[in-house]
Amino acid sequence: MSWLTAHLLTVIIFLPLAGAIVLSFLRRPPSLRWAALIFSLLTLALAVGLFVRFRPGEGMQFGENRPWIASPPIRYHLGVDGLSVILILLTAFLTPLGVLVSWTGITRRVKEFHVFLLALETGMMGVFCSLDLFLFFVFWEAMLIPMYFLIGVWGHERRVYAAIKFILYTMIGSALMLVGILFLYEKTGTFDFTQILAALSSGALAVSPAAEKWLFWAFFIAFAIKVPIFPLHTWLPDAHTEAPAAGSVILAGVLLKMGTYGILRFCLPLFPNAAREFALLVSVLAVIGIIYGSLVSMVQPDLKRLVAYSSVAHLGFVVLGIFAFNRIGIEGAIYQMANHGVSTGALFVLVGLLYDRRHTRLIREFGGLAHTIPVFSAFFMIVTLSSLGLPSLNGFVGEFLIILGAFRARAAFGALAAVGVILAAVYLLWMYQRVFLGQITRDENRTLPDCNGREKIMLLAAVGAMILMGVYPQPFLRRMDVAAAQVVERVAPGGGSAARALWSAGERSR
Amino acid sequence: MMAFQSVDTIRILPEIILSAFAILVMVLEPWVAARKSALGWLSLAGVIAAALATLKTAGSPGLAFGGSVSADGFSLFFVDLFLAIAALCLLGSIHYLERDRVHHGEYYALILLATVGACFMAASTDLIMIFIGLEISSISTYILAGFKRQELASNEASLKYFLLGSFATAFFLYGVALVYGLTGTTNLLRLREQAGGSPGAALAALALILMFVGLAFKVSSAPFQVWTPDVYQGAPAPVTAFLSTAPKAAAFAVLLRIFAGSLAGSGPVSFWVLWISAVLTMTVGNLAAIWQSNVKRLLAYSSIAHAGYVLVGITAGGAEGVSSVLFYLAGYALMNVGAFILVAHLAGRGERRVDVADYTALAAARPSAAALLTVFLVSLAGFPGTVGFFAKFYVFRAAVHAHLIGLVTIALLNSVVSVYYYLKIVVAMYMGEGETGVSAAAMPNALRAAVVLSVAGIFYLGLYPAPLLAALARIPKPGL
Repeated sequence: MSWLTAHLLTVIIFLPLAGAIVLSFLRRPPSLRWAALIFSLLTLALAVGLFVRFRPGEGMQFGENRPWIASPPIRYHLGVDGLSVILILLTAFLTPLGVLVSWTGITRRVKEFHVFLLALETGMMGVFCSLDLFLFFVFWEAMLIPMYFLIGVWGHERRVYAAIKFILYTMIGSALMLVGILFLYEKTGTFDFTQILAALSSGALAVSPAAEKWLFWAFFIAFAIKVPIFPLHTWLPDAHTEAPAAGSVILAGVLLKMGTYGILRFCLPLFPNAAREFALLVSVLAVIGIIYGSLVSMVQPDLKRLVAYSSVAHLGFVVLGIFAFNRIGIEGAIYQMANHGVSTGALFVLVGLLYDRRHTRLIREFGGLAHTIPVFSAFFMIVTLSSLGLPSLNGFVGEFLIILGAFRARAAFGALAAVGVILAAVYLLWMYQRVFLGQITRDENRTLPDCNGREKIMLLAAVGAMILMGVYPQPFLRRMDVAAAQVVERVAPGGGSAARALWSAGERSR
Repeated sequence: MMAFQSVDTIRILPEIILSAFAILVMVLEPWVAARKSALGWLSLAGVIAAALATLKTAGSPGLAFGGSVSADGFSLFFVDLFLAIAALCLLGSIHYLERDRVHHGEYYALILLATVGACFMAASTDLIMIFIGLEISSISTYILAGFKRQELASNEASLKYFLLGSFATAFFLYGVALVYGLTGTTNLLRLREQAGGSPGAALAALALILMFVGLAFKVSSAPFQVWTPDVYQGAPAPVTAFLSTAPKAAAFAVLLRIFAGSLAGSGPVSFWVLWISAVLTMTVGNLAAIWQSNVKRLLAYSSIAHAGYVLVGITAGGAEGVSSVLFYLAGYALMNVGAFILVAHLAGRGERRVDVADYTALAAARPSAAALLTVFLVSLAGFPGTVGFFAKFYVFRAAVHAHLIGLVTIALLNSVVSVYYYLKIVVAMYMGEGETGVSAAAMPNALRAAVVLSVAGIFYLGLYPAPLLAALARIPKPGL
């Protein structure tokens, strides 16, 4: 047990990969699916264990630090703080959903599909655990390959185009980031993030303002492409729409968060002065993303594309919260990262299930589905409400904190973001109305099967998470306190009180 | 003139063994009528014997034959590299020659002799000796390129390579002549002693540029790369595997001896020649490769681009730059030889199936071949976990160390472009639908061994690059 505690992160990272290796020896599709499910659930169990044993009120925990390559000194340095622990839990939660949603939809090359899905999980976990810039970069890049195959092999009609676009966009960003990482190594002689951060904050390493700006952009562009921040978002609708359901779930649920994670973990703490200088610009782009994403979402004829554009808007909120530079905004942003993962992940699951039934994603092909598949429609309603931020569901907490944080930083941006919340209600509810309400317009829709046991289980899990996160956010907020405070300490010393204090105060008065 | 010593022969023992085996193969050729593959295995035995001999050579390092050949860590690294390349190419050739009905024993002798030439290029410390090595290697490869004499493309490749290669060696020789005229010596070690105090600086620069042009042809760096696609496409694919690695690495070894070593005194000229040439080579190679639909031609342009990355390391210079270049050449040899011999197999009889479109749905028909080729391509693209990543990483790190941030940025953006065309083949193999056009024959065991060995090397060096890099860092670099 003590061995497991000491190496918990390593096990969480590599257990899915071990699963992928086991899978490569199996043959029959059912056993492949079950094996993939078991390995992803084991990983989830470990991630829950990590979350529970994580001590709120402290910084980096569960550290592992061993040399990997002697020269240049690259270390296998892992550790998690409140920010990463939440994202690890999210990743571990969404991967079994990805396996389950593909249960009947994926019939071609079942083995490869699950091998890539599990390999992808290893890459994502590695990204969130790495405290060595080089190790981080290796996971960041390595993760692209399984995702590329997931989109390109099992995707929809324009999958190849989407896969190539996805990988090239991301790689341009990472090429710039690698220059930045090499430059930092050149200055400090180490890739270790904590050492570089210590050198920078103690003043032992002085970077000229001009160099800091360059470095900020080298890192920021890589992350902004991933988020994606307007106007770098154009890969996203294609990738999300063309990917298979599981791919969309992971893309929207986890991969986008790598961008915001990178901004919080690296960009702000390492280059606070440049971040302050460009905060206004980034906030403007974030607000444009919110409004633009919502408006474009409204006019999409394709369900998946609609959800994809809604991600641009939702991630705009996250970026706005981060660049508010106060604890409320940043904690709201972290919380919203998890929320968006669960809500949009669930939306993609639902759209995927609908596609399995009707082999179309066009809104006009549906209508009145609530009559034929009531249980499915009810689930869809709850997920939609969670995505648009209904109080008592998860989306509300994050958006509320973000808008509050943004308001304190720049009131106008907070107001514009609030407009975004209204727009989200418009496009989501209108979509719901056209698909599920009214009369049944097509005969094919009269005989659709409602949710089966497998589907109910996965949707119940998602809805349960939404309600839990909506009514009882303290366990999450408590854990991210220190992480958010440390970021604020770097970019805007004295940046206000914790969101948790606000939240419990609000509860007391209720 | 120094007297002949027996230790001299030990210092060139690998080359002697290779030459002896080459002659043996040619002598035996008429007697082995039916089973020519025996000659292939004999040649492989020769390569292994030579590899064992390098251990003995390593035991008595030093100069040989009046200071014209040097058995040092630097040259031994290259000798071992060439032997590894030769071994992999031989394993990939045996069934290929059988299949395409060009099974003549001379093929093996020529591979061995080309290897000898490459070894002498890397080991020589005298410009004349380098020139002789260059000629031995070049003439053997001219013939190899045209080895399928029934085929027009192969003939054209041979002739083109011969004509342009002759120009290149002539340029090199002009440079050598100018150096001799200026300094009265062709020995690099003596030149190093004289550097700095030499009179005609302009003429020295000219000599340098002429020699660079000659070598630039051999490494196919822009703007001297024009011959490469035609020759690589026309030559038999296992020969291309050899051509794109061994002579190229040998020419880089000479570049390192000349530029990082003996004539380092002529600073800014060589720096800018290298800088510009690196940028041009990477960019031309990558941009041209995007448009290729023939896999051999695509890989030819990709090998031009890789020469550009190596030039980044040479431009960076210093002990770190040279180590990174050596590491790069080793990694590049593994992935490029592997890719070409696999393509040779998949192309089927007469190498007719070499279009990207022919690779459609290969993953469904032959999953293992598709997976292996994917590893080579992903490594060439430089993804982490493979040697291609660390190869690029070390080169770029050396360049950042030398404050060449601009050059590194250009190189990195170039490597993003390269991802597109490498993945084009992967896309066809995994995402295309329909019947696969390439040969569905099972991989012969010899080829499988070579390919699996290269893949194992790619992953080993991709996860544990430190031991090799540390060993390379310990090698004394010429002139440093």
